[in-house]
Amino acid sequence: MTTAPNTYTEFRPLAPAHGGYDEQRVRRDFPILGQKVHGKPLVYLDNAATTQKPQQVLDAIVRYYSEDNANVHRGVHQLSERATEAYERARAIAQRFLNAARPEEIIFVRGTTEAINLVAQSYGRRNVGAGDEVIITAMEHHSNIVPWQMLCQEKGARLRVVPINDRGELILEEYERLLGPGTKLVALGQVSNALGTINPVRRIIELAHRQGVPVLVDGAQAAPRMKVDVRELDADFYAFSGHKIYGPTGIGVLYGKASLLDAMPPYQGGGDMISSVTFEKTVYNKLPHKFEAGTPHMAGAIGLGAALEYVSRLGIENVTAHEQDVLAYATEQVSAVPGVRLIGTAREKTGVLSFVLEPIHPHDIGTILDQEGIAIRTGHHCAQPVMQRFGVPATARASFGLYNTHEDVDALVRGLNRVREVFA
Amino acid sequence: MADLRDLYQEVILEHSKQPRNYRELADADHKVEGYNPLCGDHFTVYLKMDGEKIQDVSFQGSGCAISKASASMMTQSVKGKTLAEAEKIFERFHKLVTGAEHNGNQEELGKLAVFSGVSEFPVRVKCATLAWHTLHAALEGKQEAVSTE
Repeated sequence: MTTAPNTYTEFRPLAPAHGGYDEQRVRRDFPILGQKVHGKPLVYLDNAATTQKPQQVLDAIVRYYSEDNANVHRGVHQLSERATEAYERARAIAQRFLNAARPEEIIFVRGTTEAINLVAQSYGRRNVGAGDEVIITAMEHHSNIVPWQMLCQEKGARLRVVPINDRGELILEEYERLLGPGTKLVALGQVSNALGTINPVRRIIELAHRQGVPVLVDGAQAAPRMKVDVRELDADFYAFSGHKIYGPTGIGVLYGKASLLDAMPPYQGGGDMISSVTFEKTVYNKLPHKFEAGTPHMAGAIGLGAALEYVSRLGIENVTAHEQDVLAYATEQVSAVPGVRLIGTAREKTGVLSFVLEPIHPHDIGTILDQEGIAIRTGHHCAQPVMQRFGVPATARASFGLYNTHEDVDALVRGLNRVREVFA
Repeated sequence: MADLRDLYQEVILEHSKQPRNYRELADADHKVEGYNPLCGDHFTVYLKMDGEKIQDVSFQGSGCAISKASASMMTQSVKGKTLAEAEKIFERFHKLVTGAEHNGNQEELGKLAVFSGVSEFPVRVKCATLAWHTLHAALEGKQEAVSTE
């Protein structure tokens, strides 16, 4: 353990912009990247699925369990006070990371999936009725489809889907046509996990708000890759997962405007979410505790806090610039491999390079690349409607993180040529 | 270290590129679909029975090289066999690709022995057995789709 607890709240942006981004120094923070897989140096290109964790995050978790562990919000003893302070400090870090107005607008959840389910079950069940409509898009992850489908089925409401064009961009005119008096909620991803498309969420929110419709933004792929300012976006709900932003699994954040969260019924009942309980009547706790029933994932929240601080110290703008540089290089190099067809060629893209190498099945590509130490994702990426839209059963997907380099892309291209040799 | 050539043997690559019995069977009396939702593999197996005997068998669909080659070679190996014989071959094949049975009974499997390399790649066992699970369901008279998940 090299850092003292108070470094949780330190912000030291790295000097100058992208020129100052030292990717080799960044890589040394991630112990897992130093290993070999099948005798080859690991090339980890599956960051849209989950990211690796820097030593700073691992240290924060070990330190919490070694020094501060106790249940939060209830003990009078020293350890409980320390645990509570660390847990609430993590909330404040998440608040600053999203530029939320107040810490109680940050609800800790298991991840993006739980965040969306919370909004669907709490806000949705109260505000969506028979004949109403919920709008999503054709590029959503299953986690931003199924909770709304379940809600619509229960309520007799209708799920409307904004179509996408051949580049994998939303067709905004169609969205404007779908927005109507029956629309009760819009839910969409800021960045597509299957295509890498960056959606114009600010514009989408503005259009929805003109009709008084709130918007949930699935930020699972965006938060690790670009500056998110929920007040500037005027997002009503914003969700992201810890494990996709260099933090632990099992923890994530739901941001909601206090005015909306206050009016919503609890999602789960239990300890910590109440202020008094009798068999006749229970009075719910105030925000954010109303939505955090039971002992929370304290170590996870603290690890997530450390991850957000890590990214903030590097500077999210520097991370964005670095990933854009790697993506641009990868797009150029991978496109040049004979037989490659990119799936998702939006003008605004980040982080994700989805492709097919016909007629070779993505699963075979994945196995052969694995033998070269290269980890990519193959399959439908929990976005089957996207696969159907592009007429492919699956794609191969390389997705980049803040530690990936041009050398990783070169290894990928060598691997793809090896795939072509095997299938020649 | 597992060698790629153990998995992607020439025979397998050849069958994946030019699958045998790759067609719809117009007069099939059994037709069952099989899915591997994880990788999007999707096959339909057609069966024409003559009493206990598999008179004709074919398949269609899309999938990786392993699943396609396995389906192709499966149709060749069970055509003309009885239901019981086909089930026996599947049992042996399953043991082979899961590594439960080493070289002992490979002779009885004939050409299917080329799939022995699959046992070194556990995540690919589902690819190699998808068509077989589908055939098994068809032989049992099932009509609904089977899934490897």
